[in-house]
Amino acid sequence: MRPDLDIIQKWIEPGSRVLDLGCGDGALLAYLRDKKQIHGIGLEIDNHKINGCLDKGISVIQQDLNKGLQNFESQSFDTVLLTQTLQAVHFPDKLVDEMLRIGKNCIVTFPNFGNWKSRAYLAFKGRMPVSDFMPYEWFDTPNIHFCTVKDFDEFCRSRDIDVITRTVVDIKHRDSWIIRAFPNLLSEIAIYHFSRKPARTEAA
Amino acid sequence: MPDVLPENSVGLVTPQLYHFDEPLPLRSGKELKAYDLMVETYGELNAERSNAILICHALSGDHHAAGYHSMDDRKPGWWDVAIGPGKPIDTNHFFVVCLNNLGGCAGSTGPASMNPDTGTWYGPDFPVVTVRDWVNSQARLADRLGIDKWAAVIGGSLGGMQVMRWSISYPERVRHAIMMAVAPKLSAQNIAFNEVARQSITADPDFHAGRYREHNTLPKRGVMLARMVGHITYLSDSAMREKFGKASEQLKQASLNLGRDLRAGKLSFGFDVDFQVESYLHYQGERFSETFDANTYLLMTKALDYFDPSVDYDGDLSKAFANSDCRFMLVSFSTDWRFPPERTREIVTALLKAGKQVSYLDIEADQGHDAFLLPVPRYMQALTTYLDRVKLEISSHAA
Repeated sequence: MRPDLDIIQKWIEPGSRVLDLGCGDGALLAYLRDKKQIHGIGLEIDNHKINGCLDKGISVIQQDLNKGLQNFESQSFDTVLLTQTLQAVHFPDKLVDEMLRIGKNCIVTFPNFGNWKSRAYLAFKGRMPVSDFMPYEWFDTPNIHFCTVKDFDEFCRSRDIDVITRTVVDIKHRDSWIIRAFPNLLSEIAIYHFSRKPARTEAA
Repeated sequence: MPDVLPENSVGLVTPQLYHFDEPLPLRSGKELKAYDLMVETYGELNAERSNAILICHALSGDHHAAGYHSMDDRKPGWWDVAIGPGKPIDTNHFFVVCLNNLGGCAGSTGPASMNPDTGTWYGPDFPVVTVRDWVNSQARLADRLGIDKWAAVIGGSLGGMQVMRWSISYPERVRHAIMMAVAPKLSAQNIAFNEVARQSITADPDFHAGRYREHNTLPKRGVMLARMVGHITYLSDSAMREKFGKASEQLKQASLNLGRDLRAGKLSFGFDVDFQVESYLHYQGERFSETFDANTYLLMTKALDYFDPSVDYDGDLSKAFANSDCRFMLVSFSTDWRFPPERTREIVTALLKAGKQVSYLDIEADQGHDAFLLPVPRYMQALTTYLDRVKLEISSHAA
């Protein structure tokens, strides 16, 4: 079990409806099904990963997140998940809007580009950061919209998004007081649990 | 003809005729007093009767889905690539049932059968049957075979429509509904092609208003034309370029040749066949017209045109699925222009709206609508993986 998934599963209600965007081989949905009896659907584009879902008996729809989620009804899922994919989509802002439309609450995880290692790499080497965690060069990276914890905090504030919980961890998904004290500098992965602020829901 | 049957073939098979005496009420308001269904089965039904899979055939298919009827057969059943020991629909684990639908011309009661009321062929008097009627007759066959619940019902195109109808009409009798190259209903363009096919048949002077058998003839010309039109819609532009773009020396690349191979190497400057594609369509059409009944062709195209499970639910397909209790798996093919991927996605969207468990694969394939019958690797792999999971379910139920 991936440690970030262990953090996420605590926020999922037993028996709830979960939509996992970019669900990979369905490991998280299978875990949630077995542990929390959720009703899950995954979205994935990669053929090989889709086969992994089918192998686990996970319902998976082959669909490109960049082409929208119009085929999903508003408020039709309890939780919409997006793990380690936000930075790779064409329009992260539109996707988060869609997640808020479809789900009663949402969970997003992303690599924190404000981490001191990234900062030091760029500051001292003068080159775009490459690491074991983010092993791509600038020209071949699928990660086209990097952001920092501070950026995402501001994004949520400006869009009336209610952050229920923010967890910041290192690459091994360890949580510590020092990371919590300096989240933007020390965390490598940010995990946000959020929903639309109630006022906005009434207006919609 | 095979000298030796392949190891992963179901081998030599013998169809069975099942007679039904209880009248079957039809959607049209008419009824069939009694009827026969021609059926093939492969594999063994397990003690729990939980491993049965129903295969639903498309427009020109029949009960002969896999294996050979004799060592003289030129080709195996129509979906032999998918059905057999060790194949995606694995007959070592599943009991597979396939039948010729009512109105067909391969042994089940249809227009070419004798009408007990008149003592002559049904011909044009055979009632128009719908997908719903077929599924009702298939449910009676399931009763006869002692199958309360199918492990899966599987079909492509018109076969996929039967799968959809099963999930709506008999939600308690289906565990998995698997449909390929399917649409929730026909578009005007689809219906238009069917009408051209019907007109080709009814305009044939040998048609005799459907009573050609009394005139000791067959409207072969009309059936051939109908098949030619249909066949064009089953192939993609790219598949035709590939198939008929091999010979040109000057333009070796199929992309430049556009599939314009000549039949005799030069133009005739007449109105005979010049291009390979013409000759191919003639051959396919002629062969089809030797064996396929004209009245059956008319019936099958009407069943397609009439299919629309949303009519009972104010046009909202998702409501039709409200009581469905199975898991769904849908597959579309990128170059299918008869039922393109977006038509299949309409069903996926309706199922999501209904809150159902649904998987959907959008397969890249060059072969057009026909791809659902062909061993496209990723498609076969997905079917295998999905059905392996169904095997597990069955064995855990048994335990």
